[in-house]
Parts: sequence; structure tokens; C-alpha cells
Amino acid sequence: MTPVPRPPRPSAFSNALTFGWRAVLKFRHVPEQLFDLVMTPIMFTLLFTFVFGGALAGSTGDYLQFLLPGILVQTVIFNSVYSGMGLSTDLGKGLFDRFRSLPIWPLAPFAGLMVGDILRHLIAGLIILGIGLVLGCRPPAGLPGVIGAFVLLLAIGFGTGWAFLVLGLLIRTPMTVMTLGFTVLFPLVFASNIMVQPDTMPGWLRAFVDRNPVSHMTTAMRDLMAGTASAGTILLALALPVAMTLVLAPVVLWLYRRER
Amino acid sequence: MQDDTGTAAIRARGLKKSFGDLEAVAGIDLDVPKGEIFAILGPNGAGKTTFMRLLATLASPDAGEAQVMGHDLASAPDAVRGAIAMTGQFASLDEDLTGRENLILLARLWGFRGRAARARADDLLSEFDLSDAAHRQVKDYSGGMRRRLDIAASLIVTPGVLFLDEPTTGLDPTARQKVWRLIRGLAGSGVTVLLTTQYLEEADQLARRIAVVDKGRKIAEGTSRELKSAVGSGFLHVALADPAGLDAATEVLETQLGHKVQRNAEDTRLSVMAETPEAATAAITALLAAGHEVADFALGSPSLEEVFFALTGTPPEDDA
Ligand SMILES: Nc1ncnc2c1ncn2[C@@H]1O[C@H](COP(=O)(O)OP(=O)(O)O)[C@@H](O)[C@H]1O
Ligand SMILES: [Mg+2]
Repeated sequence: MTPVPRPPRPSAFSNALTFGWRAVLKFRHVPEQLFDLVMTPIMFTLLFTFVFGGALAGSTGDYLQFLLPGILVQTVIFNSVYSGMGLSTDLGKGLFDRFRSLPIWPLAPFAGLMVGDILRHLIAGLIILGIGLVLGCRPPAGLPGVIGAFVLLLAIGFGTGWAFLVLGLLIRTPMTVMTLGFTVLFPLVFASNIMVQPDTMPGWLRAFVDRNPVSHMTTAMRDLMAGTASAGTILLALALPVAMTLVLAPVVLWLYRRER
Repeated sequence: MQDDTGTAAIRARGLKKSFGDLEAVAGIDLDVPKGEIFAILGPNGAGKTTFMRLLATLASPDAGEAQVMGHDLASAPDAVRGAIAMTGQFASLDEDLTGRENLILLARLWGFRGRAARARADDLLSEFDLSDAAHRQVKDYSGGMRRRLDIAASLIVTPGVLFLDEPTTGLDPTARQKVWRLIRGLAGSGVTVLLTTQYLEEADQLARRIAVVDKGRKIAEGTSRELKSAVGSGFLHVALADPAGLDAATEVLETQLGHKVQRNAEDTRLSVMAETPEAATAAITALLAAGHEVADFALGSPSLEEVFFALTGTPPEDDA
């Protein structure tokens, strides 16, 4: 073997792009991961629309219009649990040890992870939207409304993702990350206005639902798709994702650089 | 390529690392000259991995200092990372990607672009006998193939020092031989190799010098021959026809030879240091006189297992 010298050091940006490429490759090789991501929301959409839709909203078509924006929120929030699991898996395999012993920008692997997450949110979101359209959902605000809603959706996914990256960095077993993640998320997602308006709920529950950030996100998504969104609703929906990014991003970076 | 001043590839002084109350590395000094294969031999939990992670900048020491290829761990960690490569105890590959994609990923991270990165990956695949599996996902690789790819992934750029943490643990004998050949080839091309192992035979086979580590401390260091002679030149191995007499026979041998007797794991053989052939003969005679039936005996040099026993008072654990 003849010695191979080191080429000029690549830029931090080039390092990050390389990790983004890794995320894209993963989609090519493991397309079934998308199946996990979209199966539950598809089931929910179908079940709720056809079983409860008529009773809840008068017709299945009207209900679908109401449900779909919230299902999109549910999809990206549940998705971010999987990215925490993926991180925990990678860390357990020693893969990140190799990355950390390379002379590269220390946060590049992480930037790549975010690229993968955004792609996953986008693809899963588009699949759900596609199914909604096939079932007859017609967002009144048309394409601009849908694009606006998707930008908000990605911001929600990006913001909530930090929480699960923290879990992924702290917990060695991916299954525990998943169990913990869903334990926290189930009440948040179901005690929200995703499936029904809280009007008929008992007062204490309605108080919770009205304050639940998931409800704010859902309302803003609905309004964007309906073309009735105000700056206030959108800001309210963004409050939690922004707060989480500000608080948790530094925590994630610190945990990531910390030795294990 | 690297800083070639001086001859030490690794120079460590008093390196320490604790996890809570546990001193995983309790003050280790080490000098490894350039171009050598150096083995760190120790049982599970001895602190081998932790020591290697300190040298690879993956963990920072609580005390002590070290230079790798002339770069100081504390003041120039990035220069150290540029001069080393590490193949950890557990495969550090992306199982979902193909072997070739794993190598291209790393080649790009090192700074090879486009075509050059692909060419580097293909060269390594053919050098490591993996060309046929280039387009298969790593999760479908055998243990031996994985290990080879993992080592190839450490050689994108020829490192000054290659750290190999238990490179053959869990491999079958054929795969192990293949990895051994690879390691010898690397050292032949001038790469310094620091490897850890629980296999005494592996250290003996590969390394010019061996450091024996136990409970975070270096308890001996030298060539395999030096370690053996430090412990004693000759060992008497005795197998009894009737295993029931093992305890009594142990007593006879210890009285006769004045050294502690070691039993093998299967309780079929006794080994004890014998200063001279005459002393060994006298001990066998005494055994026979005491009524033991000796099925087999031999006088040989100590195995590293016996070296380890003599140094620590406990046999190395065999579980991985
Ligand atoms: N990250 C860690 N946290 C706590 N204890 C650890 C950690 N890493 C290693 N140890 C402990 O340090 C000791 C040495 O471990 P290690 O260096 O892995 O030994 P070896 O590689 O020789 O088997 C063991 O007792 C192990 O349990
Ligand atoms: Mg180890």
C-alpha cells in the first residue's frame, strides 16, 4: 500500500453538504422508513374521516377539510421522535466516534441530520397532502395557502425536533427514546383541537386544549390553508418552535460535543 | 506528510481518566516508536478502550499529557486528528449505506472531491478484497467483511498512527488471519499501529512490543520474549489421570517448586514455574511418590496467559 497524503482541508459548508448527501442516500436505501412515518397518519385520516366525519362535521368531506391540517402537524411531531431514535442508534454504533475523530467541522454531522429531518418532514407531509387531495380535500386558499402551511409545518418540525435530539443524545437505547417520546406526545396530540373542536369537552380539558401549543399550530395550519390566517395566529403557532430552538439548540450542541 | 521530527509516534505520561469513582485509566506512561506494531493486552474492563479514546481525542484526560506524532493532545487536538485514524471496538459504519458509499462519505469529509473521492473508495475496496461487495449494504456484510471495511475506512488518508481497538474480537479464525495479514501489511508500509486485544496469541503474533494492562494500570511492558523471561524461563505443565487428585497435587507442586500453581479453565491441567529442568524432574518424581498418576507432562516456556497470571495473580477473563 502506498501512502496517500491528505488533500486540502474542505470547508465547514462542504462537510455539512456531505452529511446532507448521507441523509439523501438513506432515503434511497431505506424507503420503508417513510412507511413508518406515514402509516399512522394515513390510518388516522381514513378512520376519523369515514367513521366519525359524518357525525362530527355533517359530512366526511367537510371533516377531512378540518382534519387534514392537524394530521400534518401530528405527522411532523411524531416524525421528530424517529430522528431522535436515529441519532441514538448512530451514537450506539460508534459511527459518531469516527466522525468525532476526523479533522472536520465538529457540528457538520449534525447539520446533515437536520437536512435529513427536513426532507423527511417534507416527503411525509406531501404524501399525506396527496392522500387528502385524492379523498377530495380542497384547501380554499389554493397553492399559495398550501405552500405557506408547509413552510410553517417545516418550522414546527425543525423546532420540535430539538427535544428529541436531546433525548437521542442522552438515552443510549433507541427504543427508550421512542417510548419516552410518545408518552409525552400522545396527550399533547390528542388533547388538542386536531380531531375535534373543544366546545363539547369538560371545562378543565378545554382549558388545557386551548393552551396546548399543538392546538395553536393546528389552528394556524387550518387558517393558512383556508386563507384566513392572521399574523397573530401564525406567531402563536411559531412561539413554541422558536422557543425550543433558542433553548434546546445550545443544549443539543453541548451534549453532542461533550465526550461520551 | 506528517511531522517527522523525533522518533516517537506516541508519547504518553501519567494519563488518567475516571468515571465517577472508577479509575478507568489510572496513570499510564507509554512510548511507541514510529513504524511499529504495539499491543495493549488486558482483560475486559482493563481500560484499554478508554486509554485509546484519550489518545484519539475522543475523551479528555483528567491528568497527564500525551503527544501523538509530535502533536500535543491538549493544545493541538485537531492536528492529532489529522495524523491518526481509529477503528473502534464496535463497527463505526453506516449499516444502511453500501460499502462504497461509506468510503466515499469519508473520502469527501477528508477533502477528496467528486471523482477523486470515488477513485479513493474503489482503490480501498480492491485493496481490502471487497470489490465484489462494493454495492451491497453494510448490514448484509459478514463480520470479517465489516471489520475489513471498518479498517479501510480508517485509511482514506494514510494515518501516522492507526488505533485498532480489539480488531479481531468476534471473528472466526479465517477472518482473523486475514485481518492479521492486513495489519502486518500496514505496518510494513510504515504506519504505526497501536492495537488492543484480549487475545494473548494476537499480541504475540503481531506486536513487537506489548504492554500488559490491568485495572487501569500498566503492569508490564516489553517484547513477548522479555515478558516471558521476566516471569521465568520454564513452566511445567502436568495433566493428571484422576482429576480428583488436583488439590493434593497442587500442594505437592507448590511445596516442591516454591511457586503458585495455575489451573486451566477446564480443571484438567496444572502449570507452575520451574527454575530448572532438574527442579521440574524432582517435582514430577515427588508427584509420583505421593501416589498421583501423571497422564502427561511437559516443560515449556510460559504462554502469555501464564505471564498474565504471574503478573496479576488472576487469569485474564476470556469473555469479550
Ligand atoms: N463512558 C463510561 N462511563 C462509565 N464507565 C465507563 C465508561 N467507559 C468505560 N467505563 C468503565 O471503565 C472501565 C474500563 O473500560 P474500558 O476502557 O472499556 O475497558 P476495556 O476496553 O479494556 O474492556 C470499565 O470498568 C468500564 O465499565
Ligand atoms: Mg474495550
